Amino acid sequence: MAKSGKKARAVDHTLRKAPTGIKGLDEITGGGLPQGRPTLVCGGTGCGKTLLSMEFLVRGALQFDEPGVFMSFEEKSEDLAKNFASLGFDLDDLAARDKLTLDYVHIDKSEIEETGEYDLEGLFIRLGLAIDSIGAKRVVLDTIEALFSGLSNENILRAELRRLFTFLKDKGVTAIVTGEQGERTLTRYGLEEYVADCVIFLNHSITQQIATRRMRIIKYRGSYHGTNEYPFLIDEQGFSVMPISSLGLDHPASTERISSGVSRLDTMLGGKGFYRGSSILVSGTAGTGKSSLAAHFADAACRRGERCLYFAFEESQNQIVRNMRSIGIDLEQWVHKGLLIFLNNRPTLYGLEMHLVTMHKAIESHMPAVVVIDPISNLVAAASEAEVKSMLSRLIDYLKTKQITAFCTDLTTAGGGLEKTEVGISSLVDSWLLLQNIEASGERNRGLYILKSRGMDHSNQIREFILSDNGIQLRDVYIGPGGVLTGSSRLSQEARDRAEVFEHKQAIERKYREVEQKKVVVDAQIAALQAQYQAEKEELEMIIARENERDEASAAGNLALARSRKADEFTTRPETIGKTGKGGRK
Amino acid sequence: MTASQKKKTAEAQQSEPVEEKWMLRLYVAGQTPKSITAFTNLKKICEEHLAGRYQIEVVDLLINPKLAKDDQILALPTLVRKLPEPIKKIIGDLSNTERVLVGLDVRPIS
Repeated sequence: MAKSGKKARAVDHTLRKAPTGIKGLDEITGGGLPQGRPTLVCGGTGCGKTLLSMEFLVRGALQFDEPGVFMSFEEKSEDLAKNFASLGFDLDDLAARDKLTLDYVHIDKSEIEETGEYDLEGLFIRLGLAIDSIGAKRVVLDTIEALFSGLSNENILRAELRRLFTFLKDKGVTAIVTGEQGERTLTRYGLEEYVADCVIFLNHSITQQIATRRMRIIKYRGSYHGTNEYPFLIDEQGFSVMPISSLGLDHPASTERISSGVSRLDTMLGGKGFYRGSSILVSGTAGTGKSSLAAHFADAACRRGERCLYFAFEESQNQIVRNMRSIGIDLEQWVHKGLLIFLNNRPTLYGLEMHLVTMHKAIESHMPAVVVIDPISNLVAAASEAEVKSMLSRLIDYLKTKQITAFCTDLTTAGGGLEKTEVGISSLVDSWLLLQNIEASGERNRGLYILKSRGMDHSNQIREFILSDNGIQLRDVYIGPGGVLTGSSRLSQEARDRAEVFEHKQAIERKYREVEQKKVVVDAQIAALQAQYQAEKEELEMIIARENERDEASAAGNLALARSRKADEFTTRPETIGKTGKGGRK
Repeated sequence: MTASQKKKTAEAQQSEPVEEKWMLRLYVAGQTPKSITAFTNLKKICEEHLAGRYQIEVVDLLINPKLAKDDQILALPTLVRKLPEPIKKIIGDLSNTERVLVGLDVRPIS
């Protein structure tokens, strides 16, 4: 009863899916393979069909509690167990726990004589028993096409295959059937006509001696699915697909600012540094200090306690650590603390897509706040420019959605236009710094410009860029009538300037002293004049006093004389004189 | 192969018709028309060519499904020549007598 209820629900709703647990595959299939139906996985030799299907079973058994049956027509069970042990899959253990059944079907044409009518009931019985004995929900047939080479009656085979797929559906198992790629068809024996629900095509192509694996979902009946070719990776952790090309332009934009690690550069960038989650490109010719700037950036991130992932395509970890120590940056301490993780790979080690997948995986597992790619231009060695551009744009998009700040360096070849990146991604980045060699008076000096920095006020000035024992220092360049001066000519010009300033200062001081002296002289003169005035004034007063005395004396004499002559009294005269004296003093 | 071994083989081949025992096993899945045809055909061939020197065992995989895996059985019906060695497999309803004889490595009595 319960079963029929389940079925009814499955019909009502959208297609039910069996998650594969394989990184990325569930995303591009919108949740997994069609549940209870067969899926065809096809591709050329060595493209990873067996691995994909085995991982489907192992993950099903471990993560989704769905036991599985692996029926192999090519490899013996022991060989399979051995091969997958290197990927960390313990098939024997799973088999012992009744989570997995391996069945090797041996077919050898030379041992078999066909005489008349037959069917493949034996295979059905085997499969049925294997499914029922562990209650399997997942089945893999790898690769059933071996039947065609083992048995010659194709009519019987085709009829039996049709019956087999019906049988699998009736059993309600989610099945993967693998098929070898044919010359013009998806599979050599046209298996695709039996499996109508889902077809996945794996491709392993080689361009310029570098191999790239790609996956495409050719059809998925009744479900949305990604239609592009997705790169995938097979490594020690198994299969991983990257659905990155499906990313849109709807990533968040942070207003948080983070330091570039060079305070002067932060000042140039509106005083606060880069935006978190933005992409930064530093381009320049050889030896302009791109890696040093990157190291500063990484160092600053680690100082903030953030994790940094450093993809180095040119130098080894030890070499970078040693070189950066010479400019006073100790990266080793961050490596020890686990904040800084180096991933050193030669660009030609594998294809571009593989690089992308590897980077993707590393980013997923380390969850860094900042990523340094040094340099991106080297990736051109692994692919064409257009491919690198598409890869980087996908990477940058991916990093942006994760709010990871990306710091990329780019080596521009001398002679080419400087404001042109080797891989043409300048339009993708948010901040672009240009490091440039300035050649003048027999020496090369480094200059730094900010070509662009989206969404912030930034300096338009060139700065001289100096690698010292204490890291990068930015200096103002000398811009005078003779043009831009850097290096020793800047130094000598600065010295000249300093001398000039000094001279000026001295001249002013001299003038000041002169004025002071002049003031002293003036003061003295004023004092002398005042003294003279005082003396004259005193003399005048004395004269007046004496005059008064004389007047009084003569008045007294007159009075006495008048008294003696009995004359009239008059007093007006001395008063008039007194008044005049007062006015003079004023 | 050493000379003595060669001799032995030659002797065995010579004494074959007298000593050799044919152990044949027929795998079927229930009483289907094909399996009945196969058994009838097998019986007839054996009587004609291996009279008194054969033994037929019929294995029904519906009863013993495990044997399908253990004995690497795929198609049904399958006839397996257990003895004499090496093991040989013949699939089908054994309607083509010529092919059965070739498959069993039995030389028809001319």
